[in-house]
Amino acid sequence: MTDGETIRAAFKGTLGKFSLDAGFTAPAKGVTALFGPSGCGKTTVLRCIAGLLRLPDGLCVVGGDVWQDRDGAFLPTHKRPLGYVFQEASLFAHLSVRRNLMFGAPHSEGDAGRGRIAFDEVVELLSITALLDRAPGKLSGGERQRVAIGRALLSQPKLLLMDEPLSALDRATKGEILPFLERLRDRLSLPIVYITHAIAEVERLADQIVLMDKGRVIGAGPLDELQSDPALPLAIARDAAVTLDGVIEKHDSGYGLLTLSVGGGSLIVPAPKASTGEHRRVRVIAGDVSLAREPPGLSSILNVLPARIVSATPVEADEIIAVLALGADGSGARLLSRLTRKSWEQLRLAEGTSVYAQVKAVALAPGRGELG
Amino acid sequence: MLGLPSDIWVPIQLTIELAAITTLSLLVVATPLAWWLARSRAAWKEGVAAIVSLPIVLPPTVLGFYLLILLGPDGPGGAIASLWGARTLAFTFTGLVIGSIVSSMPFVVQPIRNAFAAIGDRPLEVAATLRASPRRAFWTVALPLASPGLLTGAVLGFAHTVGEFGVVLMIGGNIPGRTRVMSTAIFDFVETMRWRDANMLAGGMVVFAFAVILSMILLEKRFARARA
Repeated sequence: MTDGETIRAAFKGTLGKFSLDAGFTAPAKGVTALFGPSGCGKTTVLRCIAGLLRLPDGLCVVGGDVWQDRDGAFLPTHKRPLGYVFQEASLFAHLSVRRNLMFGAPHSEGDAGRGRIAFDEVVELLSITALLDRAPGKLSGGERQRVAIGRALLSQPKLLLMDEPLSALDRATKGEILPFLERLRDRLSLPIVYITHAIAEVERLADQIVLMDKGRVIGAGPLDELQSDPALPLAIARDAAVTLDGVIEKHDSGYGLLTLSVGGGSLIVPAPKASTGEHRRVRVIAGDVSLAREPPGLSSILNVLPARIVSATPVEADEIIAVLALGADGSGARLLSRLTRKSWEQLRLAEGTSVYAQVKAVALAPGRGELG
Repeated sequence: MLGLPSDIWVPIQLTIELAAITTLSLLVVATPLAWWLARSRAAWKEGVAAIVSLPIVLPPTVLGFYLLILLGPDGPGGAIASLWGARTLAFTFTGLVIGSIVSSMPFVVQPIRNAFAAIGDRPLEVAATLRASPRRAFWTVALPLASPGLLTGAVLGFAHTVGEFGVVLMIGGNIPGRTRVMSTAIFDFVETMRWRDANMLAGGMVVFAFAVILSMILLEKRFARARA
């Protein structure tokens, strides 16, 4: 990757008792999630990228443009082409929704052109048409956050920064906003850096992930790679899962089932009608994947995939996290399986063993176990 | 005018003129000062805040005494007056404006400072992430959001200027038609046993003060409702 296609950020310094030494490089496209527990320094990193906070030992290069370097270059926030969505919507109380949306929009019409995000498009994308002439005080939490997102988009950013945009919302409202964020990701070619401490949001939205803990970056890379790395906390967590990107092969409308092709196999997933060729994310929870040495006979389990055990890591006292590679030759996508030590020993499993990974289709239904 | 004798009417006119000029000047001076006091991280800013607030606790005679020296022929006021050939700013309307600005300053700075502080950093950060320069953020975000504080400051500044007595007497000298304002006129009427005239002005001031305070309470309620 050249500088023109990446976001490079590295910041080092102390803020009170907190010491930060975090750096990462991510592709300047798709959603990069900054993930970690509360207080790990995610927001600090985001504020540094935005220039709202200035650590002298910092580097920030976005798409080839230097926003900060270690020789003292520092572009003030208002000169950085970014959008920032704060945890609380922070709408301007003295302006109507429409004027909030237009606050950061470039005034000169000369900027109109390719790649420009249009007012009507944003309003439609976020379903805020009916709110335009209202005062921010009269909106619900979810509506406010949608307006804040629209306002950031209309400033025509080259990078969108989102600091836990859902965390101040209740569960139902989160469920209402997430589809908007997915549409945003899919319809606009705008790189997004998204902070969250909720793994469900990462699984729904992220393409890349930067794992943070105690002011340090402990891992960075494509989401599925980090999810299936047993050396990182994601894979050994109780609710570990992998997110696979699948292409719809066919739709069985009689039973309401999709067949998704993922690397090294295909999965049957309950879903409403969808057209073939579309991409769909599917989340496979480690605890839902069982292993067999032989292909099972008659069984209710619809998904039986040949795979090979890549690694096995003991977790807690008597459980094992196995990383599987799909396909008879073990060259496909990675999957996690969490099983008891008893099963592991009874089946005489070991690294390199060929197995059949089994997942009930209902365990792959969209929305299962999300947004906890 | 209004059937009032001119020695009642002229002080009323002069008072309104003085209070209006003072209030406008104060908004221009106090707003940036209040902004700085609300936003600066300088350790010595509270020292400046304390100096600005001195007129609240100082006896008006003390304030008036030092202003008299500063405005007089040997002070900076005299030097300024010499620019247009005058000897002094003391006992002039200009001197009265300067004295009123100083003595009413804390009543204007404080509510504006509080209003700026109440906005917090967030709206300004949001403005910066939306490409607004600090100047634009001040005019389009900070100032409108602080407008209730500016209004309160303006009303208090106006009312306090109308009510000032000691400073005005010390540096104005109560010269009819030039520096005799309502508060000093009342004093004069009492001295000369014109109880009826004194009562007319004093009663008017009571009604004025009541109207000011009531309208401020109502305005604040309305702002609070509008922003809820």
